Amino acid sequence: MAELSGKYLVGVYDDDDTVLHAVPKLRKAGVKIQEVYSPFPIHGLDDALGHPRTRIGIAAFMFGVTGCCVALTLMIWTMGIDWPMIIGGKDSISLPNYIPITFELTVLFTAFGMVITFFISNGLGPGTHFHERFDARATDNKFVMAINLGRNSMSEDEISRALRDSGAEEVNIKQF
Amino acid sequence: MHVTSPVREPLIQGGKTYADVTEDICRHVEGKPTKEWKIAFGISLLVLAYGTCCLAWTWWEGLGVWGLNKTVGWAWDITNFVWWVGIGHAGTLISAILLLFRQKWRTSINRAAEAMTIFAVICAASFILMHMGRPWMAYWALPLPNAFGSLWVNFNSPLVWDVFAISTYFSVSLVFWYIGLIPDLATIRDRATSKVSRFMYGTFAMGWDGSAKTWSRYEYISLILAGLSTPLVLSVHTIVSMDFATSVIPGWHTTIFPPYFVAGAIFSGFAMVQNLMLITRVVYKLEDYITLEHIETMNKVITLTGSVVGVAYITEFFIAWYSGVEYESYAFINRATGPYWWAYWAMMTCNVISPQLFWSRKLRRSITFTFFISVIVNIGMWFERFVIIVTSLHRDYIPSSWAMFSPTRYDIGDYIFSFGLFFTLFLLFSKYLPVVNMAEVKAVIRSTSAQLPKKIAGVAKVRQREAAAPLFNKDIE
Repeated sequence: MAELSGKYLVGVYDDDDTVLHAVPKLRKAGVKIQEVYSPFPIHGLDDALGHPRTRIGIAAFMFGVTGCCVALTLMIWTMGIDWPMIIGGKDSISLPNYIPITFELTVLFTAFGMVITFFISNGLGPGTHFHERFDARATDNKFVMAINLGRNSMSEDEISRALRDSGAEEVNIKQF
Repeated sequence: MHVTSPVREPLIQGGKTYADVTEDICRHVEGKPTKEWKIAFGISLLVLAYGTCCLAWTWWEGLGVWGLNKTVGWAWDITNFVWWVGIGHAGTLISAILLLFRQKWRTSINRAAEAMTIFAVICAASFILMHMGRPWMAYWALPLPNAFGSLWVNFNSPLVWDVFAISTYFSVSLVFWYIGLIPDLATIRDRATSKVSRFMYGTFAMGWDGSAKTWSRYEYISLILAGLSTPLVLSVHTIVSMDFATSVIPGWHTTIFPPYFVAGAIFSGFAMVQNLMLITRVVYKLEDYITLEHIETMNKVITLTGSVVGVAYITEFFIAWYSGVEYESYAFINRATGPYWWAYWAMMTCNVISPQLFWSRKLRRSITFTFFISVIVNIGMWFERFVIIVTSLHRDYIPSSWAMFSPTRYDIGDYIFSFGLFFTLFLLFSKYLPVVNMAEVKAVIRSTSAQLPKKIAGVAKVRQREAAAPLFNKDIE
C-alpha cells in the first residue's frame, strides 16, 4: 500500500453484497472512491471500482520464457559444448532428455518471478506492516471503503450521506 | 459473490458469520498451548531426538550400519523417500487441481494439506541426504563447475532430474502456501494483543491490507500458481518413477510407472490428509468446517486412486507374462510367491481391497472406519515401495548373488527420525498458524450456510433478489 496522506471518509459495511452494489451507485452519484478493503476477494469489485486489469500474467509469461531459455542454455552448453559427453551412445546434445529440467526451471522461474512482482506491485514486504490502515476490521468481517476528500469535489456531508444511503453502517473520518 | 444450488449440502455448517470464522480459527492460535498439544509435542520431540541420534550415528559411521548388501543396494532409504514424496502430493493436488476444477470444498482443508505436503517433502529430502552417505557432498548434485576440471552433472540422468523436480516442487509449494497464508496472518496481526505477536505476524503478513486491487492480483496469481503446480505435481512423481523405469532391472523397467506412481501418490497423500484432519477437527473443534461431506469426498478420491493403483498392479503382472521376457516374469512370480510374499500380499490387501470398502456409503461416512482405512492405506503404500525396490533387487540375474534384506536398528531409527520431524513440524504449524484458510472459507460461506435453507423440500426457497436473477453455480463476472 502506498503512503497515505490527507483526510479520508471511511465507510464501513457489514456485507460483501452491499458494498459490491454500493460501488456503482456511489460512482454514479459522482463520488470518487479510492479503494475498498475486504477480508476476502469479492468478484467483480475491481471492475466496479474501475481498476485496470492486472498485467501480472504478462510478467509471469516473461519469467517463464526466461526460465526455459536458462535451462536449455545451461544444458546445451554444459553437455554439448563445454564438456561433451556421449552417454548410452546418444548424441551429447539430446533434447528429449532435457525436457524434464526445462519444465521444472520454467515453472520455478515463473512462480518466483510472478510472486516477487506481486509483492513489489502491491508494495508488500517486511517492514510495511507499520503503515497505518483505515480500519483493522477489514481483515476480519467488515468491508471498508476509503474516499479521499481532497480528490472529491463533493462536500463531506454529501459524501457521508451518500455512503449511509448505500448501506454503510458507520462513516468515520480518518486523517493521515 | 457466489451462489450454490440449494439442493447441495452446505460446505460449512452451523450458520457461521464472517466474524465466527475468524473467531473459531484464530482461537487456537491466540490461546495458550493446551495440555494435549504439549504432551503430543513432547512425544514428537522425544521421537525426533531418538531419530536424530540414530541419524547422527548413520552419518558418523557410514551407510554400513544399514542392512544393505551388495545385491540389495537400495532398501528402506529409497522406500521411505518415495513414500514421503508420495504423501507430499495431496496438498498441492487439493489446493491446485481442485482450484482449477472449482471444487469449493477444498477451502477447509487446503491449508493443512499444503502444510503436510511441505513437511512430507522435507522428510523425503532427508532420506535423499541420508542415502548419499556423505551429506556434506550433497551440492555435487547441483550443476556447479567441478573444482577438478569442468565436468558437469549428467543432465541425462533421472537422478539429476529428481534434484530439480523435488527442489522446484518444494519451493513452489512453499510459495503457494505462503501466499495463501498472508491474508490470514494479517487477520491475526490485526487482532493481536501482545506486541510480540503483532510484530511477528505483522512481519510475515508483509503489510497486507486486503484492498480490492491486491485481492484481484492475489486471485490472479493464485490461479496461475495453481495452473503451474498442476503439471508440476504430476511431473514430480513421474520423475521419481523414472529413477526406476529408466533402469534395466526387471520389475522396474516399465512404461506404466509414471501414471501408476502418480495415482499411488495421490492415494497415500489423501490417506495422510484424512489421518491428520480427523484428529485436527476434533482437537480444534472444527467439525463445522471439516464436515462429513469433506471426509466422504476425500474417501471417494481414495477409492478412485486406489482403483487406479489396483489396475496398475494387475496390468504390471499381465504385461510381465505377456512380454515373454523370462526375467520380467520371474520378478513378478517372485514378488507374489517368493520369500517376500508377505510384503506383496500386504500391499495387495491394503491398497487394492481396503479402499473398495468405501463403496458402502455407511462406511465412508464413518469417522472411525475412515481413520482405520487411512492408516491401512499408508501401510500398504509403504509396502508397495518396499516390494518394488527390495523384491526387484534381491534376486538378480545370477542366483549365486541372491540375498535377503533385513533392516538394522539404524534403518528403523532413521525412519523414526522422519516421523519425529514430520509431527514436530506439523504440531508447530497447527499451534502457531491458522489450520483453516479463513479468507477462502469466508468467501464460500455465503453460498453455503446462513443465507440458504439447509434442506430443500419441493421448490427452492432462495432470496428474493436471487429469485429475480438466478445465479446458480455461476460467479458474477
